[in-house]
Amino acid sequence: MAPENGSPRMASQRPPAVSDVHILWITAGLSCDGDSVSVTAAEQPSIEDVLLGAIPGLPKVHLHNPVLAYENGAEFMKFFYDAEAGRLDPFVLVVEGSIPNEKIKSEGYWAAMGTDAKTGQPITTCEWIDRLAPKALAVVCAGTCAAYGGIHAMAGNPTGCMGLADYLGWGWRSKAGIPIVNVPGCPVQPDNFMETVLYLLYQAAGLAPMIPLDDKLRPTWLFGKTVHEGCDRGSYYEQADFAEEYGSSKCLVKLGCWGPVVNCNVTKRGWMRGIGGCPNVGGICIGCTMPGFPDKFMPFMDEPPGSSLSTVFITGYGRTIRALRSLTNTTVNKEPKWRHPSRALNTGYRPHTY
Amino acid sequence: MATIVQPGKGTAPERRNLVDMNWDPITRIVGSLGIFTKIDFENREVAECYSTSSIFRGYSIFMQGKDPRDAHFITSRICGICGDNHATCAMYAQNMAFGVVTPPLGEWILNLGEAAEYMFDHNIFQDNLVGVDFCEQMVKETNPEVLAKAESTASPHASAHGYRTIADIMRALNPFTGDFYRETLQVSRLTREMFCLMEGRHVHPSTIYPGGVGTVPTIQLFTDYLIRLMKYVEFMKKVVPLHDDLFDFFYDALPGYEKVGDRRILLGCWGSFNNPDVCDYKYGSMGNWGRAMYVTPGVIVDGELVTNDLIDINLGLRILLGSSYYQDWQDAETFVKHDPLGNPIDKRHPWNQTTLPKPQKRDFKGRYTWVMSPRWYDKRTGDYLALDTGGGPLARLWSTALSGLVDIGYIKATGKSVIINLPKTALLPEAQFEWKIPKWSNTIERDRARTYFQAYAAAAALHFTEQALKELHAGNTKTWSEFKVPEEAISCGFHEAVRGVLSHHVVIREGKIANYHPYPPTPWNASPRDIYGTPGPYEDSVQGSPIFEKNGRDKFKGIDIMRTVRSFDPCLPCGVHMYLGEGKVLETHHAAMFGTER
Repeated sequence: MAPENGSPRMASQRPPAVSDVHILWITAGLSCDGDSVSVTAAEQPSIEDVLLGAIPGLPKVHLHNPVLAYENGAEFMKFFYDAEAGRLDPFVLVVEGSIPNEKIKSEGYWAAMGTDAKTGQPITTCEWIDRLAPKALAVVCAGTCAAYGGIHAMAGNPTGCMGLADYLGWGWRSKAGIPIVNVPGCPVQPDNFMETVLYLLYQAAGLAPMIPLDDKLRPTWLFGKTVHEGCDRGSYYEQADFAEEYGSSKCLVKLGCWGPVVNCNVTKRGWMRGIGGCPNVGGICIGCTMPGFPDKFMPFMDEPPGSSLSTVFITGYGRTIRALRSLTNTTVNKEPKWRHPSRALNTGYRPHTY
Repeated sequence: MATIVQPGKGTAPERRNLVDMNWDPITRIVGSLGIFTKIDFENREVAECYSTSSIFRGYSIFMQGKDPRDAHFITSRICGICGDNHATCAMYAQNMAFGVVTPPLGEWILNLGEAAEYMFDHNIFQDNLVGVDFCEQMVKETNPEVLAKAESTASPHASAHGYRTIADIMRALNPFTGDFYRETLQVSRLTREMFCLMEGRHVHPSTIYPGGVGTVPTIQLFTDYLIRLMKYVEFMKKVVPLHDDLFDFFYDALPGYEKVGDRRILLGCWGSFNNPDVCDYKYGSMGNWGRAMYVTPGVIVDGELVTNDLIDINLGLRILLGSSYYQDWQDAETFVKHDPLGNPIDKRHPWNQTTLPKPQKRDFKGRYTWVMSPRWYDKRTGDYLALDTGGGPLARLWSTALSGLVDIGYIKATGKSVIINLPKTALLPEAQFEWKIPKWSNTIERDRARTYFQAYAAAAALHFTEQALKELHAGNTKTWSEFKVPEEAISCGFHEAVRGVLSHHVVIREGKIANYHPYPPTPWNASPRDIYGTPGPYEDSVQGSPIFEKNGRDKFKGIDIMRTVRSFDPCLPCGVHMYLGEGKVLETHHAAMFGTER
């Protein structure tokens, strides 16, 4: 019910430090658009939560992402030209896909977005990054390709591609003093990405301090732990009980899981609403969030060299513990002996009234 | 031997004024696509169309020398919306190469995952991406008279979906503010949860391996899936009639709209959902187990089924150049001279392809895209057919209907239609839908088929859940089979990506990948003019297409072109870009030349 006229009213929402923020999203790195698609799965927060103003304290957000845009072609590109000309301020630049090396060939392009009106030729993605990065409030890499190069940067690739920090420099800072923010994952875990964007919006609104990042430019609260540290199969490892075939519910390290040395929270967070993930649901961790992905983890289905050693070390301890726990487990699987239907009361209580 | 291209539908050979119009990028698709056109505004027709992709990544190059067991992990990354289709197809090819068969329960789990992918992907694409082209805001800006008519047109199936008028449906499709738009987005998450139950993660699955899946089969797994599936089944009872109302209205409101995006019926479907009772992953029996799939493979020419044999389909594959930024591989190594049955393999077959990228300036009179031109060689006529996939569902339903092989209770193919039976759900009684072979392979029918295929995938998933539970109840819990990687092998995988045909071809030497060529649907659909001058399906279906949009040159949105391109469900991690140019008048010239010469 609306309050009556004149009754005092609390200001339930403080106006943010900036009223509007644009998100310019380039999917035209060497990408599969999988990060954009993944982000449509996010619910914490969802895209609509952010765009419809369902979260208190945020500026109004305008999203310009080619997968979701209403506009097409020139009408869509207008936002990018406006940002370049300083007419769209402030904006956060999101980059998706590896950054190709356009210098290694004499002509043509590896990746481009839009057409140059003067030459009729495509405008390279690198050109857009050069134009927009200096004007952005912050630059965010969605997924491992943009962050570190990822799958398209594997050995033998023809494009010489790399991550954005390799391209702009690891010490790069935005005009607001913010380093590149990497949210790796192949694809990016939906909520990890939206939560990072939310943090930056809070920061833009003056409601949060500088985003905490590690030396690989990842948000520390998302990538500070390993897959193994969050894995619900970790206890199998502790008991040296290893899966010997896929489909088993035991620890997968001997089948190629790199979880013990990979920074990622998927085993804690799951993929969506806690459902899915990787080793927790039977998929070996192939290190898809890591700067060394994919080459340092291939062939994916071989046992990681380190785990062959560590699993030997743990075997004596693990087997002993497993045997002892099995004994205790048998014990605690039995009800106390006083629970019976006979005429005697053996619980230890001494009745005085019956 | 050159395929003669039909002159654009309705194009008269008289001199005409053409305006250069292009859209780069085309949004609301996956990947980067540009569409460049020449438009005849006086005669309200698209005269020429070129499709261009602005991304090159080089999968077939960097996969050489890698472990063949890694193929499905790597190729999943080709596509960010149907990566799992790639992983699945790669795994089919691995199984054939390694001589291993997935245990039945593993096969059902994979089928359930892939069914969830269709349910998710068609859903989000249809109503969050395509739907915007039919939403109130868009129709108001392009055809206000159509919106006015929609306001006064009662929805024939209003009782099924709750939207009183067609304009109410259009309003519900407005991006973010429309309630059906938001509901669809929400349902797209429910279906992705179903997917994650079976394949671990979306879009790049974690639990697929050669030989089966790593998913742990429990009662809980299938319960969690089924509960969500039944919500989707209920949703379908509203969604199918809603789209029938919307699409039928466009035929009524804009007489002649059936000509938009219409092209010769040249459809390909490579089949989906293996039947573990029949599928042994051997090349020699591929025809049999292909026909046992729950979506029947087929090549359809002018409405006739040419073949539903995957071996014939395989032998007819050709990769042509012509307008792409590659050098020819005619002088490169021939990897496979004969298939395992002794049939000769063409130099232009994917098994023998060598990718030689040559970046260069874009030239619409020469080379203008990173997409090659896959074609299907019709040995009856000698034509290299530019098959399209109808966005996936149109070809799948058409092929399944014509073959008349699928009969699982929930689904029955009749020879001229596909009947889908959906059980009672929480609030709605049983429902039956019948998809009938349409008269046209056009924009509206591609979109309509998508909706019906959503229901088809849900119905198939009901069958797969029952089969999986039967295995589980019988104590058959194996989901993965052991294998050895051979030193030498050739193999192929055939599947249906969400938006159509998908094949993976691999050659293994010394235990490593010597050659690998994935052919997803979009190279078929988005291909440029080939060496014979035959345009690709986007180009072909936009060329000669009439224009119904009311806007003149100055405010032209190209909505009819956009609807056509999106009806194919473009997924070019390689895409289409449309850029609305200044509209300068080009030189006048003869229209009848299009496609026959470049």
